[in-house]
Amino acid sequence: MDRYINAPISDEDARSLRAGDYVYITGTIYTARDAAHKRMYEALGEGKELPLSMENNIIYYMGPSPAREGRPIGSAGPTTASRMDKYAPSLLDLGLKGMIGKGKRSQAVKDAIIRNGAVYFAAVGGAGALLAQRITKSTVIAYDDLGTEAIRELEVKDFPVIVVIDSEGNDLYETAVSQYRKI
Amino acid sequence: MRTVKTETIIENIKEMCIEATHFLSDDMKQVFEEAVQTEESPLGKQILNQLQENLEIAGNDMIPICQDTGMAVIFVKIGQEVHIEGGSLTDAINEGVRRGYVDGFLRKSVVADPIYRENTKDNTPAVIHYDIVEGDTIDITVAPKGFGSENMSRVFMLKPADGIEGVKEAILTAVRDAGPNACPPMVVGVGIGGTFEKCALLAKKALTRNVLEGSPIEYVKNLEKEMLEKINCLGIGPGGLGGTKTALAVNIETYPTHIAGLPVAVNICCHVNRHAHRVI
Repeated sequence: MDRYINAPISDEDARSLRAGDYVYITGTIYTARDAAHKRMYEALGEGKELPLSMENNIIYYMGPSPAREGRPIGSAGPTTASRMDKYAPSLLDLGLKGMIGKGKRSQAVKDAIIRNGAVYFAAVGGAGALLAQRITKSTVIAYDDLGTEAIRELEVKDFPVIVVIDSEGNDLYETAVSQYRKI
Repeated sequence: MRTVKTETIIENIKEMCIEATHFLSDDMKQVFEEAVQTEESPLGKQILNQLQENLEIAGNDMIPICQDTGMAVIFVKIGQEVHIEGGSLTDAINEGVRRGYVDGFLRKSVVADPIYRENTKDNTPAVIHYDIVEGDTIDITVAPKGFGSENMSRVFMLKPADGIEGVKEAILTAVRDAGPNACPPMVVGVGIGGTFEKCALLAKKALTRNVLEGSPIEYVKNLEKEMLEKINCLGIGPGGLGGTKTALAVNIETYPTHIAGLPVAVNICCHVNRHAHRVI
């Protein structure tokens, strides 16, 4: 089913999405990948504040290529989500409602998605030029020294993603693949 | 003796880094087109269409096809009649990579140390493989390698008794485990034989071969065809969201090996199988 949702994402929207839904996101989302997650995780361990609130937000696992002059961002496709599996449950428990990446997630992440009524989306891996066209603004808001791995606030319009794991724990990677598996 | 100036090498490497990250080779475009026609899953077809549109946008607007513009892997075949003038060849190659990634708005994805992980900010150093050959030319292939798929690559030290069936199982295992992480539809490079490191190098080299040309060795060519069919029966599909196009091509290279071993390397590449080739 095609769905159009706003970000930050409401609790109701997050819970209503189902694995397999094709979703267009409009609003504000944040980027973070390996190095930014490590820093946020360490900050939490030391009892410090995170550079952004997790409440109802969506994190996009992405490190863009540099923007050419006059453009908000360079190529901007998803990175492999499983590298963030160690850190994601803590962020979900703090209110994070959505993650955009590619590839499988651990059982611990699935459990945290169910526990918090959250959702895991996949963007099409390797479609960085196309996805960049749906990003209208990009601002580094934390960890500037990390370069491409800095945390960015993105304004997106009809950003296309597919629900892979929904709040009931359905996993599209498992169900869709079994439909076409012949060996 | 023919003299080649390092400045010529620097300029060519720079251009090839930019070319490879924005344009796919014609053979890759052709297998892509075939995949769009034959994919059975509607969602799979939709994803393949998006990827084709992505390729067009990348070329027209000069935005890299994928934001992971890779670690620069460079194969250099130097004719033994060539004299390099103007400094170190390795330094020249790295300078070309530096200029390509900085001037070409490519992502800098290289860290100086695998544990301390400080970004070098210019994507150097490259991974360079030199071969000394006959002649008076320098043959260069620039193959920027993304790590979503690199991370899913494997080396299997099989036993001679495992034979060709063992090789098939190893390839299927690597692709099955890679699943959606490697950005399917993939290109699968396989190296069989040699030593531990030689088979990995063969697998990487296999990815740079034209995907429409089979191996010149009859049984290897048949194996490539059989494995492509088998991989496409795994159901992984475009984006890993189910379908009949999990791989676009399987390229296999072989080399003599030891009486006690059967090394097999599977180097997985995403659909953005990038390489630029020039002879100087």
